[in-house]
Amino acid sequence: MRIPAKPGSPSAVTVSLTRSGAWGQQIYAIADVEIRKLLRDPTELATRSLQPVLWLVIFGEVFNRVANVPTGTTDYLSFLAPGVLAQSVLFASIFFGIAVIWEKDLGIVQKLLVSPAYRGALVLGKAISAGFRGIVQAVIVYLLALLLGADIVTAPGSLLGGLGLVILGSATFSTFSLIIACWVRTRERFMGIGQVLTMPMFFASNAIYPVSIMPGWLRWIATFNPLTYLVDGLRSLMIHGNAGHYPVGWDFLVLCFAFGLLVALATYLYPRLGR
Amino acid sequence: MKQPDVVKPEFGIPASDLRAHAAAPAEQGATSTDWVVETDGLTCRFGDLVAVDHLTIRVRRGTSFGLLGPNGAGKSTTMKMLATLFPPTEGSAHVAGFDITTHAQRVREHIGYVPQTLSADGNLTGAENLLLSARLYGIPRAERGSRVREALEFMGLADFANGLVRSYSGGMIRRLELAQAMLHRPVLLFLDEPTIGLDPVARRVVWDRLNQLRDSYGTTVLLTTHDMDEADHLCQEVAIMHLGRIAAQGTPTALKDSVGPGATLDDVFSHFSGGGVLRGERYEDTRQTRIAVSRHR
Repeated sequence: MRIPAKPGSPSAVTVSLTRSGAWGQQIYAIADVEIRKLLRDPTELATRSLQPVLWLVIFGEVFNRVANVPTGTTDYLSFLAPGVLAQSVLFASIFFGIAVIWEKDLGIVQKLLVSPAYRGALVLGKAISAGFRGIVQAVIVYLLALLLGADIVTAPGSLLGGLGLVILGSATFSTFSLIIACWVRTRERFMGIGQVLTMPMFFASNAIYPVSIMPGWLRWIATFNPLTYLVDGLRSLMIHGNAGHYPVGWDFLVLCFAFGLLVALATYLYPRLGR
Repeated sequence: MKQPDVVKPEFGIPASDLRAHAAAPAEQGATSTDWVVETDGLTCRFGDLVAVDHLTIRVRRGTSFGLLGPNGAGKSTTMKMLATLFPPTEGSAHVAGFDITTHAQRVREHIGYVPQTLSADGNLTGAENLLLSARLYGIPRAERGSRVREALEFMGLADFANGLVRSYSGGMIRRLELAQAMLHRPVLLFLDEPTIGLDPVARRVVWDRLNQLRDSYGTTVLLTTHDMDEADHLCQEVAIMHLGRIAAQGTPTALKDSVGPGATLDDVFSHFSGGGVLRGERYEDTRQTRIAVSRHR
C-alpha cells in the first residue's frame, strides 16, 4: 500500500472512532436530519392522518352496521381499528422511496455515498427516521378509535408495545420501498410499482377481515405477508379480548426478521443509486 | 474507436511511462505521493457505449487539474469512478494512494466530492448540512463546532449558518457544498462542473474560494468543466477529453501555444474535440444537468 497522505494530515479522523461508535453516530446523523426536516414541514404528517380517519369513520361505521364478518367476540369497529392503523402505515411507508429517488436526482445520495459512512448505517438511519413517521398515525388512530367507542386497551405497557410495533412496521415497509427505489431508479416507474404493490398487500392480509374467511391460496399468501403480522400484533395489543391470532412475541419476531432481511438487501442495493 | 491523431503526448505523460509506473508500485516509494490521482487504463462501459476508454492520467499533489470536454466526453463518469461511486469496467486507479476498487473505503476518507447536481439539502440549514457531514466523516465531537464554523467562514457563509438552504442563492449553495466537501480536510476535491448555472459574479467568488482553498490547505482539485474560462482561472493542468479518451493534455498555456499564436482555450477545445460529439451523453445525464442548472439559479 502506498503512503496515503502527508503526515499529520487530519483527514484520517474516522480512525479515532470505534467501529460500533461510528455505526451509531452515522445512524444517528441520518435519522437526526430526517426527523428535523419532518418536524420543520409537518404537512406530510397531517395528510397522512387523513386516510385512517376516512377508513375508520366511513368504512368502519358502515361495515359495523351491515357486515357479517366473523370477528369472534370483538365488534367490527374494534377489529378494524388495528387493521386501519397497519394499513395507513403501509400506504404511507410504501412511497418513502420517492423521496430517496428525489435525493438521488439532486445528488444528495451521491454525497452520502462518497463519505466513508457504512452503507448499512445510511440505510438504518433512513429506516429509523421513517419508523418515527408512523407515530403520528398511531396517535390519530388510537384517539379516533377511542372516540368512536372501539374497545381499546389503554394500559401503558400495551400502548408502548403498539407504538413499538408501528415504528417497526413503518421502518420495515419504508425499507421495502427503499429497495424498490434502488431497483427502478425513476419516479415514474416507482409510482406504477407502488400502486401495484400496496393493494394486493392490503387485501392479502388480515387488515379488514380475518384470515380464517380467506380461500386456502390467499390464506397462504397472507401467511408470508409482513402486514399480517403487524395487524395481528396490533390487534393483540390495541383491543381487549386477546384478539390476535399469533402470540405478540411471534408477530414482533417475524417483523424483526423481515426488517433485518430488507435492511441487508437495501444495504446491498443502495450504492446503485450513486451511479 | 480510434484515438484522434491530434494527441500531443509531449504535454501529457506518455502512456508507457504510466504503465511501467503502475506495474511496479512498490518501488515508487516517496515519489508516488506526488501523485494524488493515478489511473491506468481506466475504462467504463454502459452496454455498447464506451464512456471512458482506457484513460491514463496523473494529478500532481497541490495542483488543480481540469478535465475538459464536450458533453458526453466521459468527464463525469471518470470522476464518479475515481470518487468510488461505481467500479470501473476495466483498468485501475489509485486515489490518495489507495486503489479505488479494493480500498474504496480508504479512498472515501481522503476525498471530497461535489456533484454537478444540487447536493446540499434545502430543508436543512447550512450548519445542519455541515453537521451531517461532520458526523458521517467521524470528526470528533470536540472539533465539530470549530470545523463547521471554520468552513462556513472560509466560504463566506457564517452569517447565513442558521438559514434554510432553500433560501440561499445559487452561489451560496455552491459554496456551502464546497464547505461540506472540505470539512474533513480531504487531500483531494472532486468538483463536477463547479460553477454550472452560476452568474458571472457568483462564479468569480467560487473561483476565488477554490484558489484560496488550494493555497491555504494544499488541497488538490480535480474538476470537470466545459467552460474554458474556468479552466484558465483554476487549473495548472488540463486534459481535453473526447469520446472517453484524452485528446490533449498540458498546461493551459502550452495547449494554447500548440494550436497557434493568439489561440484561446476555446480554440484549443474545438480543435481537439472536433466541435462536439454526436452520441454519448445519456438522457439521464442531460436531465440531471438541467435539474442542477435550474436549481442553482
